[in-house]
Amino acid sequence: MNITEKILARASGKNTVSPDDIVFAKVDKVMVHDVSGPGVLKVFDKLQKQGIDTSKLHDPTKVWIAEDHFVPSAEKISAENIVKLSNFSKKYDIKKHFKYGMGQYGICHTLSHEEALVNPGDVYVGGDSHTNTTGALGAFACGLGHTDVAYVLLNGEIWFKVPETYYFKLNGKLPPHVMAKDFILKIIGDIGNDGGAYNTMQFGGTGIDEMSVESRLTLTNMTTEAGAKNGIIESDKKTVEYLNQRGATNVSEFHGDEDANYSKILEYEASELEPTVAKPFSPDNITVARELSSTELDKSYIGSCTGAKYEDLLAAAKILKGRQVKIRTEVLPAAISIYKRAVKDGLIEIFLDAGATVGPPTCGACCGAHMGVLAKDEICVSTTNRNFPGRMGHVESQTYLASPQVAAASAVTGKLTDPRDLN
Amino acid sequence: MIGNVIKYERDNIDTDVIIPGTYLKIHDYNELATHAMEGLDPDFPSKVKDGDFIVAGKNFGCGSSREHAPIALSTCGIKAVIATSFARIFYRNSVDGAFLLPIEIDDETYQKISNSDKLEINIEKNEIKNITKNEIYTMKPFSEIIAKIIAAGGLFKYKK
Repeated sequence: MNITEKILARASGKNTVSPDDIVFAKVDKVMVHDVSGPGVLKVFDKLQKQGIDTSKLHDPTKVWIAEDHFVPSAEKISAENIVKLSNFSKKYDIKKHFKYGMGQYGICHTLSHEEALVNPGDVYVGGDSHTNTTGALGAFACGLGHTDVAYVLLNGEIWFKVPETYYFKLNGKLPPHVMAKDFILKIIGDIGNDGGAYNTMQFGGTGIDEMSVESRLTLTNMTTEAGAKNGIIESDKKTVEYLNQRGATNVSEFHGDEDANYSKILEYEASELEPTVAKPFSPDNITVARELSSTELDKSYIGSCTGAKYEDLLAAAKILKGRQVKIRTEVLPAAISIYKRAVKDGLIEIFLDAGATVGPPTCGACCGAHMGVLAKDEICVSTTNRNFPGRMGHVESQTYLASPQVAAASAVTGKLTDPRDLN
Repeated sequence: MIGNVIKYERDNIDTDVIIPGTYLKIHDYNELATHAMEGLDPDFPSKVKDGDFIVAGKNFGCGSSREHAPIALSTCGIKAVIATSFARIFYRNSVDGAFLLPIEIDDETYQKISNSDKLEINIEKNEIKNITKNEIYTMKPFSEIIAKIIAAGGLFKYKK
């Protein structure tokens, strides 16, 4: 069995599982945030009316809560959702609630790794489609809706169809100025935005061994954009070290079998990859950044679970150091822990000196909610993960998805820019 | 079930156009319904009638896990989305929450169904009857677990 099959077999108490089997898997970790949490409460209200007991969660120690989509609250309804979350964690005795304005908080997926909340071999589900992100730690991580998360909270398990696994093998180390974001955009461009639908996207090879854990998280994060059930990368020493540095204890690796089956193996040579951009209005609408060098921009956005980890900020800062931005540029570290490191290491000063604005961790503009949404006809280069019509604001605005290096280089020139071409 | 078709000849109708991100803070079903399909067809809430079906191309509901998407459509009165394929979270949200039926058809059937056609869906027979055109199509059968959850009326009523 490959790692996904092996995790689902363990979690469902079976010796072996195969693609298309239906299993009820015991869930090790569950996440809700300020959109899915109130959504789950709405489901609980409906269940109570049907006489189903919602007074106790299956295991509140497995649950954690993030405040990320609508913080800081721009209007009353968002503020009320935050109050609902507070009441929720109080009522059900959920200790891990990362509150805006109270120490460590940030985007749910970023917290999952920054706070070492998920271990290799875990089944982790969250009320958010980019829950896939955390699979880079060697876990089965999968996004679900409100009803399914409510079911997990009350029953501790959920059904899955065992997916087929596509294995993406990266040979060699990424060249300078090429980032994990460029690789995953290239893959999505190749297989299409339903090219991984219902399946697992697993990454491996020497290129993945070479990659930092943060880069690996960028790959699994965007498996959602190919429709995948989960993205996964086998854990190694780097994974264990990463989790230990963030306070984890008793981390052990969990691996698939040596003779595991994959329904497809796709190989990529790292040396052939280039800075890559997804044009409006789909993450699979890709081209190389150089092709777009005449595209004028209104804004550069360096934020989100995809593109505002420490390493992403560092890559952007290296480009912005000693330079000035020509367009509106917003940098939003994805969690307070990352923000603090960026302050300590002088990255925030570099951003401010370059003329960019630095904001608090939030999903805000990435999902067109608040904190810098786009006006009609505005064009943005963004380190985020989606560029559907209206994703970041007005339905007639445009978003180009790119790496932090491309977003930073473009901020300097005001046009879409391959970082290799920056003077 | 019998209903009329609202057809969008498009693939990849994503959750951002079904219910834009700015409305994710809303959890009142009736209010969500007033914004259904706003990113693609702002007139949708005023033209949709209770019992109607949406017909669309491949990868319907791609994007986010927001259950707001099937909620907004079903609160507007949509009983089924008939598409050549679905994104996985939209599909399971529709079924597990018992909001609407996600029905898969082949490309040929998709081409044959026109806007405003009156259809009768029979999930026991895996059949769609086009009453307007007097044609009968086959739908892709639901997998065993999906059929059982639908029959039970949602995941919470399903006994494994």
